[in-house]
Amino acid sequence: MISISMLSLILGIALLVTGIFAMLTRKNLIKIVIGFSIADTGTHIIIVSLGYLKGRTAPIIDSAVSAANAVQKVVDPIPSALVLTAIVIGLAVTAVMLSFVVEMYKKNKSLSIDDYQELKW
Amino acid sequence: MIKYLAVIVSVVGLGMIFLPIVTGFHEAEQLSPLAAQYVEGSINDLETQNVVTSVIVTYRGLDTLGEVTVLFLATVGVGLLLKDGVKNRLTMPFSEMLETTSSVLVAMIMVLGIYIFTHGHLTPGGGFQGGVVIASGFLLLLLTSSETKINHLTLHLVESLSGAAYVGIGVAGIVLTIGFLSPEVLPLGEFGRLLSAGAIPVIYSLIGLKVGSELTSILVTMGGE
Repeated sequence: MISISMLSLILGIALLVTGIFAMLTRKNLIKIVIGFSIADTGTHIIIVSLGYLKGRTAPIIDSAVSAANAVQKVVDPIPSALVLTAIVIGLAVTAVMLSFVVEMYKKNKSLSIDDYQELKW
Repeated sequence: MIKYLAVIVSVVGLGMIFLPIVTGFHEAEQLSPLAAQYVEGSINDLETQNVVTSVIVTYRGLDTLGEVTVLFLATVGVGLLLKDGVKNRLTMPFSEMLETTSSVLVAMIMVLGIYIFTHGHLTPGGGFQGGVVIASGFLLLLLTSSETKINHLTLHLVESLSGAAYVGIGVAGIVLTIGFLSPEVLPLGEFGRLLSAGAIPVIYSLIGLKVGSELTSILVTMGGE
């Protein structure tokens, strides 16, 4: 029986690899940004699944978890905290990348990566 | 063709790098000592129900200050790149029903966003999530109403004042010799109350305002004038 954290770990790695594959093979700049976004989501799922502990609940003290036995009842709070901020930063970085795409389209009227040869060697 | 083959080889190679993580993965039975320390400290020292919030705002507060700075830089970058504005914005008349419904909904979305970031230390949520909800309210306003004008000066004022207040609370901790970004600059209060956990709800509300105004200004810049 495969555990849920193992399953989400494999799913996260699959998403990360899919995103990088998309970034390497797609020609359309917007699709490259989408590939980055998929890879970003993959890393978030990997980090969260590494912090999961079987049969435990979210690290919030309420009716399900009393203050006395919290250490035995909750999952690791650190990966959740890291991923929480990483999601917002990922959103902002995607916005910057899309602004670059808009500027590049304004300059060369093309979304294909093949039309941008300046950095090619 | 050779290029495609090289891509497949490198992607498979990348997959091989991650293979040891999968094969060597075993579910932990106990929290790591550091995580256990955070959970206990959050309950006993900081009176915070939501452990994730106490990790973000207090134990890793400096990281969060850095993340907010990254978000600010991203906003500046978008503003700089799109300073001419996006032209050819699609303008068509909206139906009255759409405009009326959206103005009712926007008010509710704003209230939900404010609720999420003021209760970040008690329930799931916090400044980042609440800020994103507020920005989505502004997005609805921008999409459904042709006459929406969002004042740039107000956005910049909210953004910079909340950022300055965030750093100010951090520096107050140094002045009172408690430590940078310590929540104990305000009284800790009673566990589980809205006004508890010292400066954590104040800091998280400031982060909420800052994230909300920054994402809104990204949306306004991208949406064009």
